[in-house]
Amino acid sequence: MSATDERLTYMANQIAANFAVMGVEKAALATADHIATFWDPRMKQRIMLALHVDAPAGSPLNEIARRAVERLIELGAPLPQVQATTFGGVDEPGLSDAG
Amino acid sequence: MAWIGEIDLGTKPARAATQTMVSLSIDGHAIEVPEGTSVMRAAALMGTTIPKLCATDTLEAFGSCRLCLVEIDGRPGYPASCTTPVTPGMVVRTQTDRLKQLRRGVMELYISDHPLDCLTCPANGDCELQDQAGAVGLREVRYGYEGKNHLKVEKDSSNPYFDFDPTKCIVCSRCVRACDEIQGTFALTVDDRGFASAIVPSQKQDFLSSECVSCGACVQACPTSALQEKKVAEIGTPDRAVVTTCAYCGVGCAFRAEMRGEELVRMVPWKEGKANRGHSCVKGRFAWGYAQHRDRILSPMIRESVDQPWREVSWEEAIARTASEFQRIQAKYGTRSVGGITSSRCTNEETYLVQKMVRQGFGNNNVDTCARVCHSPTGYGLKTTFGTSAGTQDFDSVRQSDVILVIGANPTDGHPVFGSRMKQRLREGAKLIVIDPRRVDLVRTPHIVADHHLPLRPGTNVAVLTAMAHVVVTEKLYDEAYIRARCDWDEFMDWADFVAQPERSPEATETLTRVPADELRATARLYATGGRAAIYYGLGVTEHSQGSSTVMAIANLAMATGNVGIEGAGVNPLRGQNNVQGSCDMGSFPHEYPGYRHVADDATRQLFETAWGVDLDPEPGLRINNMLDAATEGEFKALFIQGEDILQSDPNTTHVAAGLAAMECVVVQDLFLNETANYAHIFLPGSTFLEKDGTFTNAERRVQRVRKVMEPKNGYADWEVVQLVARALGLGWTYTHPSEIMDEIAALTPTFARVSYGALEEHGSLQWPATDAAPAGTPTMHIDAFVRGKGHFVVTDYIPTDEKTGPRFPLLLTTGRILSHYNVGAQTRRTDNVAWHPEDRLEIHPVDAEDRGVRDGDWVALRSRAGDTTLRALLTDRVAPGVVYTTFHHPATQANVITTDYSDWATSCPEYKVTAVQVSPSNGPSDWQERYQAHAARSRRIERLGEPAE
Ligand code: SF4
Ligand code: SF4
Ligand code: SF4
Ligand code: FES
Repeated sequence: MSATDERLTYMANQIAANFAVMGVEKAALATADHIATFWDPRMKQRIMLALHVDAPAGSPLNEIARRAVERLIELGAPLPQVQATTFGGVDEPGLSDAG
Repeated sequence: MAWIGEIDLGTKPARAATQTMVSLSIDGHAIEVPEGTSVMRAAALMGTTIPKLCATDTLEAFGSCRLCLVEIDGRPGYPASCTTPVTPGMVVRTQTDRLKQLRRGVMELYISDHPLDCLTCPANGDCELQDQAGAVGLREVRYGYEGKNHLKVEKDSSNPYFDFDPTKCIVCSRCVRACDEIQGTFALTVDDRGFASAIVPSQKQDFLSSECVSCGACVQACPTSALQEKKVAEIGTPDRAVVTTCAYCGVGCAFRAEMRGEELVRMVPWKEGKANRGHSCVKGRFAWGYAQHRDRILSPMIRESVDQPWREVSWEEAIARTASEFQRIQAKYGTRSVGGITSSRCTNEETYLVQKMVRQGFGNNNVDTCARVCHSPTGYGLKTTFGTSAGTQDFDSVRQSDVILVIGANPTDGHPVFGSRMKQRLREGAKLIVIDPRRVDLVRTPHIVADHHLPLRPGTNVAVLTAMAHVVVTEKLYDEAYIRARCDWDEFMDWADFVAQPERSPEATETLTRVPADELRATARLYATGGRAAIYYGLGVTEHSQGSSTVMAIANLAMATGNVGIEGAGVNPLRGQNNVQGSCDMGSFPHEYPGYRHVADDATRQLFETAWGVDLDPEPGLRINNMLDAATEGEFKALFIQGEDILQSDPNTTHVAAGLAAMECVVVQDLFLNETANYAHIFLPGSTFLEKDGTFTNAERRVQRVRKVMEPKNGYADWEVVQLVARALGLGWTYTHPSEIMDEIAALTPTFARVSYGALEEHGSLQWPATDAAPAGTPTMHIDAFVRGKGHFVVTDYIPTDEKTGPRFPLLLTTGRILSHYNVGAQTRRTDNVAWHPEDRLEIHPVDAEDRGVRDGDWVALRSRAGDTTLRALLTDRVAPGVVYTTFHHPATQANVITTDYSDWATSCPEYKVTAVQVSPSNGPSDWQERYQAHAARSRRIERLGEPAE
């Protein structure tokens, strides 16, 4: 795993641990919701891939985090980024409220 | 000294809780004033000034100079009007032949021991003694100067900002009273008596080496030139004043910038300022010299790569380059490959524009702010529990507090003016609880001793607060009626069950937290039952792996005891930088728009899409630390950084440096070539708070005006620079004044609906929410109901940080700041404030020092798992054995080389307050420091237009 993957896994596990007191089911939902709310799409995609990592010592994700990521996968992948921006059409009259 | 253009009513307003009015007659005119008003103030209110020297309306009346005598029917003698309260039907005469004669006699005595060098005195024209000599019609001094006098006493010029010239002192004791009553430092005394009496700092020391903290209250109170700003002596008296807001800390003191032409002469705290009520600290009042410092960069600069020298270019070239680089990089690597960082030092309007540029122009949500590394857990925790990402009170609220609980904050250093307010209340008898690993000054300061100080082990905040909750619940000290009415009772019960478990009791957690159980129980009882209890907290709460949990644990305690929604109580984050609150309000976080509304919320997003005329990304963007991670992986390529020095202020410097080095375009907009700029490709010079219009929002949600007092030395205010970049990116922005930006913010943000520059003129300042329902703002929040509806109890389980001590790293390092410096010190290091704190020191307990053979002042190496640095040791028992402490104001120390990547679970706010370290004797800078110094020197070379590289 790359350093970033390790960090994301660590973050997911840490979030899960802080919700763990709610019990596994609820904690998994809370963790999924937290990741959906605060993580950037690439981070979400990476953590979804991390679910399938088979480290020698088993999944790097703890149980709650694993269930949370499964839940995220159920909800569907985040929106991809578009290539190359056109910087909107705001320089056309009427499209910006600026000023 | 008298404030130009401001009226001094002589004594403070009546304190009377009842507003009973009293009628009396002064010089034949009838007047009605509140009960408790002095005769002097009553006269001043009707426009009659009674001569005075020892009285001023910021201090308690003292009655020593006898210049303010009046005649009152039915009273013998000539009472002093400053110490005589009005009574119904009183008949007062302020000007009679006898009074004139008496006053002249008093004045004559003063002047006979005063140098008559008025024409060359720095206070000429701005001296109350001179004014009063005129007012009493003094024409001759019969006593001559042959007798004993004080005219040869030496001047004390030790303080870098003001002089004390005892020859001009009239021993009115205004300075002494200012230091005691306003500042609360008690540094000055009147030594000796009668003719020999003199003002002396501490134990007859000079000002610099005394306990004086250089707040300047005494200088402001002094009616003569005895205490005088050096700048006034150097430049001359000011001739105009502009009201503006301090750009240092989250207290948000209002100042009158007193000017002569384009030159700033002095900053005088504004009496009408609702955050500071006429007081200031050394930073705001004196430390503004950085604005003119020779290190300031005034021309835009670019370079191809960071190993090249900088090349000065025109604004046009720098702006065009910025836009084309971001466009090129996005075209090559994708929309989400770039981002921006907003600054808590800049105005609301500037911050708003940077996030707008990112969302509207870059087309993503990759915007973050330095609040990430300080108060992001406050936003998360208070929004979750109460429904609003902000503190609940105004600063005035502390006047009503019966119990003040300070946790993880050091207000006398970090938020000095509020610290002084708090001390005033404590001297009046409020109880004090301090929860902090270090014995901060507040624990024991003149006339104040904390009722409880819990020196907990760093990293155990949640365990301590849960143990307090355990006591509140198991001893039934909670406020059931309040909880039933205001919170969700079932959630409360879940929480109560959790905290009541025996393993969360003070006794069970004592070995972990190192807080004696009986002390903790007494603390909890005092907080729950001592009356109106207010919690004030700082970064010692938020900068932990459980920062958000700690904020929520605090909120739980406040709700359980009915301490939210009333004056004198509440949960109050003390914000670090001047505009932390504002930068968060303005949508600087990657997941929310201005007003804390999530980017995935369709209705809000559509509102902004309509206003800005573009489709907006519904996915949250990257946080600073994740941007840097993505950069090291080659996925994040360009960053626009306004007014931030992430290399110095963010944790794990080596990681930040690697992230920045991996980017293709780093743009830094700042006053100085800061440490981050060593990795930048484009430098856009910034403007200071003196050079622009805008608003800051302080820790009490107070939006205050920043007003331009001089033209930007770099040519543009920061908001103009962002607008130039945005226009080069094709965004058709046409703001002509920051007020138009605020109008746009107000139109798009419900809590700012009634904020406008017009409304700010009218009200002086506004605490948001300022809405149609509360057009004058909201001093206390959650009065009848929580913003989210029912207050939400959150079960916060203590989870120890993974940063653990062990044989290699047996000590815990925690970090903080000192009064005279601000954050990474970029500004204060460029002022005379270095007189107080020339370097960062490592505080270490004498026992730990002795174990390591370290003596006071020795160089020591400080090592953690992340890195190592060196600095000098300061032996003190302020820190407990096992704990060491340092500040991070100086780049040479690079304290953040030591701090790790661990962070708050909910917000990624770094865990600055807990790092396992080892300390050992050392004889010089670490390898990293040497390498870094060499790199910094290399990357700061500048080729000026028409000159070779420096
Ligand atoms: S220094 Fe100024 S304020 Fe203090 S006693 Fe002398 S004259 Fe009064
Ligand atoms: S500057 Fe402030 S702390 Fe120092 S003596 Fe004057 S009032 Fe006291
Ligand atoms: S630094 Fe803070 S306390 Fe000091 S003057 Fe400025 S706003 Fe006030
Ligand atoms: S002003 Fe009243 S006694 Fe000095």
